[in-house]
Amino acid sequence: MTIEFFAGRYPYILIAVLLGIGLYGMTMKRNLLKKVIGMTIFQTAIYLFFIQGANKMGATIPVFSEELGTEPTAYMNPLPQVIVLTAIVVGVAITGVALALILLTYKRYGSLDEEVIIQRMRESA
Amino acid sequence: MSQIPALIPTSLLLAALLSLLAGLRSQRAGHAVAATGIVVSFAAALVGMWEVVSTGQSIRYALGGWIPPIGIEFVLDHLAAYMTTLITFIGVVVIFYAPRSIRFESPGKATFTYPSMALLLAGLSGMALTGDIFNLYVFLEIAALAAYALLAIGDRGGPFATLRYLLIGAAGGGLYLLGVGFLYFSAGTLNMADLSGILPELVENRAVMAAAALMVIGLGLKMALFPMHFWMPDVYTNAPSAVAGLIAPIMTKVSAYAIIRLFLDVYPPGFFTETLPITATVGWLAAGGILYGSILAIGQHDYRRMLAYSSVGQISYVGLGIGLANPIGLIGGLLHIVNHALMKGLLFLIGGSVRLRTGVTRIPDMKGLGKAMPWTMYAFVIGALAMVGIPPTAGFFSKLYLLIGAVEAGAWVWFAVIIASSLLSAVYFFRVTEMIFRDPGSDPAETSREQGGERDEPTPEHPVGEAPASMLVPVIILAVGVILVGVFNFAIISALLESVVAPLEG
Repeated sequence: MTIEFFAGRYPYILIAVLLGIGLYGMTMKRNLLKKVIGMTIFQTAIYLFFIQGANKMGATIPVFSEELGTEPTAYMNPLPQVIVLTAIVVGVAITGVALALILLTYKRYGSLDEEVIIQRMRESA
Repeated sequence: MSQIPALIPTSLLLAALLSLLAGLRSQRAGHAVAATGIVVSFAAALVGMWEVVSTGQSIRYALGGWIPPIGIEFVLDHLAAYMTTLITFIGVVVIFYAPRSIRFESPGKATFTYPSMALLLAGLSGMALTGDIFNLYVFLEIAALAAYALLAIGDRGGPFATLRYLLIGAAGGGLYLLGVGFLYFSAGTLNMADLSGILPELVENRAVMAAAALMVIGLGLKMALFPMHFWMPDVYTNAPSAVAGLIAPIMTKVSAYAIIRLFLDVYPPGFFTETLPITATVGWLAAGGILYGSILAIGQHDYRRMLAYSSVGQISYVGLGIGLANPIGLIGGLLHIVNHALMKGLLFLIGGSVRLRTGVTRIPDMKGLGKAMPWTMYAFVIGALAMVGIPPTAGFFSKLYLLIGAVEAGAWVWFAVIIASSLLSAVYFFRVTEMIFRDPGSDPAETSREQGGERDEPTPEHPVGEAPASMLVPVIILAVGVILVGVFNFAIISALLESVVAPLEG
């Protein structure tokens, strides 16, 4: 039973693990860059979730072909893929802004370590 | 007239783009373009609201001519009209306030500030208008990205505080998107109206429940619902005053609006109250947030930090309205969205005016400002009275409706929380008021120098005096707005909000 349970669901388990790793990186790591890496892993896990959810065995690209006709199971659902593309664009923008903010923070406080930065903020206040 | 829903965000998006191009040539032109776009969208929102109220029908607009549920649609119904009018109104007020304040607090950043402001408003109004749950995510992130850019131009600690906000925001957006995925794979559609037709058959579906929980947690992070509020005080404290005056009033509210939208219009009636106890959870967290925010606000010495903690408490009133889940309570929560937007916008902008004239952001340094800046300080008193909830200011009525809602629901703990928090707000606002109208024993600027002040504090433009007209007029408009919304609150409720909460009546 256990093997069947995992065999049917392993992509989702993998996604859940990735989500966990991402959240762990974002919350527990002290280095700002590692936090952003965690954020990227978290976002990637969500993209994978959409791709896995839309996955259909034996289906082809959603472009109409004469041979397959209008049989819906023969084609992939394009919508989740489009959602992922949009989400990737959003994710890239967020990562870019995050890196810019890290750069500014590093220039002002000379460190990427959260605790050190907070300490230096207190000293200068 | 059916183009109105599209016109609101489009004019803002266009303004953001053109304002950047114009701003690279001249700051003044950039500001003029952004201001024009925001005024146009405000006018469109007003026309749209008029249409919706006079016909009682919502205006639907299919983007690109794709018929929903295949395509994305914008729906301007009563609730969306209410939100877009508020969002664009705050935008208009702040865009005219911004130039002097930004030039002083963040010199050299003005060119990029105006386009970002237009972009932020576009994102928020898009969230209010869209009838598609994934499209809502996209607008949510547009607004968030613009907000990160705006917040980071503030004081020295701005980028770091914003980065922490960004991480929280990314997690919140991600969880929301995950919820959208769960919902799409179980219901097969993203259109809100379509979902509300399909979901009643899927109430027992675990994926649908998980979707609701994930989306509410994600939006709760964005809304700064206690205990997910921890990013907020640092962010608001380091933001430029004009930006804080734009973001604090509307940004968190729109996430609260999204929760209300899911609760009322997407999920079947009873799902958020009985199948999953989401409203009750939100209500209890909000009750915690109200007490936490109000108590911490008392101990703050920085004016902006005090307002930030008070925002944690005030956004929770909206959460409490969701928690009560009865018509009158939710009306109180919804009315508080507008009330708090006006009051908090007013108070943050006053902080900016004070800073421009005196360089002061600490409350103990505000001694004697009542004489130096009388009009601004009278406006502050109105804002403070509204925060405490003294009639006839707007703050009184939303609290009154929340109290009646609490009585109806028999939620006596929440009733006590609202009363207690009003008293606490009285404590921290009267402390400031007393300081302002106290006779300045010594020159206020000198006191600040003695205490060291903030090192990177820009030096004030002029000797102490009333704020320039471009900053005073927006402040006065908001102060008058606080009173007018209070006096005419019943008109707002009967025109807009009663039909919003109609699903709860049955």
